[in-house]
Amino acid sequence: MMVEVNNINKTYNEGEITAVNNVSFAVDKGEIFGLIGPDGAGKTSIFRILTTLLLPDSGSARVDDLDVVKDYQEIRRRVGYMPGKFSLYQDLTVEENLRFFATVFNTTLEENYHLIEDIYQQIAPFKTRRAGKLSGGMKQKLALCCALIHRPQVLFLDEPTTGVDVVSRKEFWEMLRKLKQQNISILVSTPYMDEADLCDRIALMQNGSIMSIDTPANIVESFPKNLYAAKAGDIYTLLKQLQGDEVVESCFAFGEALHLTFKSDQDADNTVKRIVAEQQLDDLEISRITPTIEDSFIRLMRENATETETDGK
Amino acid sequence: MKVLLFILQKEFRQIFRDRIILAMMTFVPIVQLSILPFAANFDIKNINLAYLDHDRSPYSEKLMHKIASSGYFELVGYPFSYREGLNQIERGEADLILEIPAGFERNLIREGKQKVNIAVDAINGTKSALGGGYLTSVLADFNANLVMNIQSPVGAAGTRVARIEIAGMSWFNPREEYKYYMVPGILVLLLTLIGGFMSALNIVREKEIGTIEQINVTPIKKWQFILGKLVPFWIVGIIVFTIGLTVQYLVYGIFPQGSLFTLYLFAGIYLIALLGFGLLISTVSNSQLQAMFVAFFFVMIFILMSGFFTSIDSMPGWARQMSYLTPVTHFIHVVRLIVLKGSGLEHVLKELGYLIVFAIVLNGLAIWNYRKTS
Repeated sequence: MMVEVNNINKTYNEGEITAVNNVSFAVDKGEIFGLIGPDGAGKTSIFRILTTLLLPDSGSARVDDLDVVKDYQEIRRRVGYMPGKFSLYQDLTVEENLRFFATVFNTTLEENYHLIEDIYQQIAPFKTRRAGKLSGGMKQKLALCCALIHRPQVLFLDEPTTGVDVVSRKEFWEMLRKLKQQNISILVSTPYMDEADLCDRIALMQNGSIMSIDTPANIVESFPKNLYAAKAGDIYTLLKQLQGDEVVESCFAFGEALHLTFKSDQDADNTVKRIVAEQQLDDLEISRITPTIEDSFIRLMRENATETETDGK
Repeated sequence: MKVLLFILQKEFRQIFRDRIILAMMTFVPIVQLSILPFAANFDIKNINLAYLDHDRSPYSEKLMHKIASSGYFELVGYPFSYREGLNQIERGEADLILEIPAGFERNLIREGKQKVNIAVDAINGTKSALGGGYLTSVLADFNANLVMNIQSPVGAAGTRVARIEIAGMSWFNPREEYKYYMVPGILVLLLTLIGGFMSALNIVREKEIGTIEQINVTPIKKWQFILGKLVPFWIVGIIVFTIGLTVQYLVYGIFPQGSLFTLYLFAGIYLIALLGFGLLISTVSNSQLQAMFVAFFFVMIFILMSGFFTSIDSMPGWARQMSYLTPVTHFIHVVRLIVLKGSGLEHVLKELGYLIVFAIVLNGLAIWNYRKTS
C-alpha cells in the first residue's frame, strides 16, 4: 500500500466545521485513485494531511509506509504535490522553476528528464517565458513537471483539471496514464464526474465523508434501480409533474434531460407508457439508460441526506 | 548549505526581475536624499510681514529697511490701520504685523524709549514663534545701534552702561545648517523602509500567492527558507546604505567624520533587527495589504518618536521611554554621532548594545511566532 488512511478526522474553527469525517481508504502501488466530490467535500483537507501540511485531529495516515505526523520530513522527499491553486513562481521562467524545484530536492533536471520528457516537450517552446504568462493548461503541465522532477513515489494532484479546457484535460489524463506505467501511485481529486471513469478506483465524497469506494464500473453497476431519461419540449413542467407523481422515486434535471427512477421497477415499462399517455406534453420521450457515476453520486447523496434526516428525528 | 544557495539564487532572480522594486531600491535613496533635505527645512525664511507705520518718520523708515534687509522677512503690505493689517493676516497674506505708533521717533529721542506692537498669526506654531523671535532680535539690534545709545553724553562716565555680549559658536555644525541634521536621518529612514517593509511583504507574498504551499512540501527547512529571505534584503539594505552615503558626499559634501567600519557595523546590526521586525509582521499577516498596514503603523511611530524630526529630550517622560524602545531612535542617534561628530566605537557601545538586544528580541519573537503558526 502506498497510501493508507485510517479514520481521519479534521475540523476547523474549533470543531464548528467538519472538513473530514472519519475517512479511511488505501491506494495501491501504481494505482490512480480518484477523490470525487463537489467543492467543500473535504478533498483538499485530505491532500494537505497526506502531504504533511496539516495535522489531523484524530486517526492515522501513512504514505509509502511512513507516518504523516512523525516522518513528515522523509515523506516530503518522496511525494510530489500539485496544489489546486497554481503555486509556482510566476516571475520565474518555466525552466527556472523546474531547475529550482529540482535543486531543492537535490537532483537535476537532466537526471529525471526521462520522467517528464513527454510533458516537458509540450512546454519546452516556452521555456524562457515566465510561468505567470502561460495559459492555464500550460501552467498545469509545468506544475506537473515540477511535482515529478524528483521522481516521487506518490503523486498528489488536487483538482489538476479545474479551469482547464477540454482538450488540455484530455491530454492531462493521458499523461497520468503514462505515469501509472512508471509505477507511480497517483491520488487525484476532481469535481468533474466524467473524469471518474479515468481512475482505477474512486471514492465518492460528500460533506467530509466517503459515501462509496470502488472501481468506477462497479459503482455504476451497483446502481440499484432502472434509470430512465425523459425529454420534453417543456422540461420544467415535466419536472414539476413527475416530482409530484407518486410512483416516481426520484427525478432531477441532468443536462437537457430528466433522469428518473421509480419506486418499483416491476412493470416499469407499463408505468412509462402510462406517464407518457397522461402527461400530454409535446415531444415527450422516456427511455431506459445506463447510469453514470454522476447518477450514482446523486443517488448516494440523497440516501445520505434522508438517513441523516431520520437520524435527526 | 547547498539548498540555501539555490534559494538565495532564486530570491535574487526575483528581486532583479521586479523592475519597480529594483527602481525603488536605487532611485529612492537618490531622490529622497537629494530632495527632502531642501524641502524638509526647519530654517524659517520668507516670513510675511505687514508694516503698519503710524509715524512715517526717518526712524521708522530706517527700522523698516533694517527688517527688510535681514533676509528673513518679506514686506507684503503697508496697511494704514491695525484693522486693515489684521485683515491681511486673516486672508493669509501676512504672518506678522509690526505696528509703529505715532510719535515713535519723537518719543525715542525725547524719552529714550518707545513701545511697538507685534501681532502674530499662530496657526503655524513654529513659524510664528520663530518669526516673533527673529523680529524681536532685529528690534533689539536696531535699539542697540540707535544714535543716542551709542553716543553717550560726553564726560558723563558714570552713565556708561555695562553690557554683556554673547558670541555663540556651534560645534559639529558650525553654520547650523539644517541639512547636516536631516541627511543622516533620511539615510536611516531608507534602511528602515528597506529592512522593515520589503522583508515583511516578500514573505507574505509567498503566502498570498500560495507558493509557500509548494515550498512546504519540499525538503527545504524553515530556517533555510527564512534565511533565504533575510540575506538578500540585508545585502540590498547595505547597498542602499552605500548609495545613500555616496549621495550624501556628492550632493552635500558630508563625509562621515567617524570610521566607516563603525558605521557599517551599526547598519548591519540595525538591518538584522529590522529584518526580524519584518519577519514578525509577516508571521501575523496573511496578505500583503495587511502586512503593509501593520508595518506602516509601526514604522510611522518609530520615525515620529525617533528624534528624526523633534528632539527626544523635549518629549514628555513616557514618550521618551517609548522612544528608547524603538530601534530607529538609537540608530539615528548613532549615525548623527558618527557622521557629524566623528564618535568612535568606544563612544557608542551603549547604542550598540541596544541594537543587538533589539536584533535578538525581534528575531527571536519572529521565529517563535513562526513556529507557532505553522
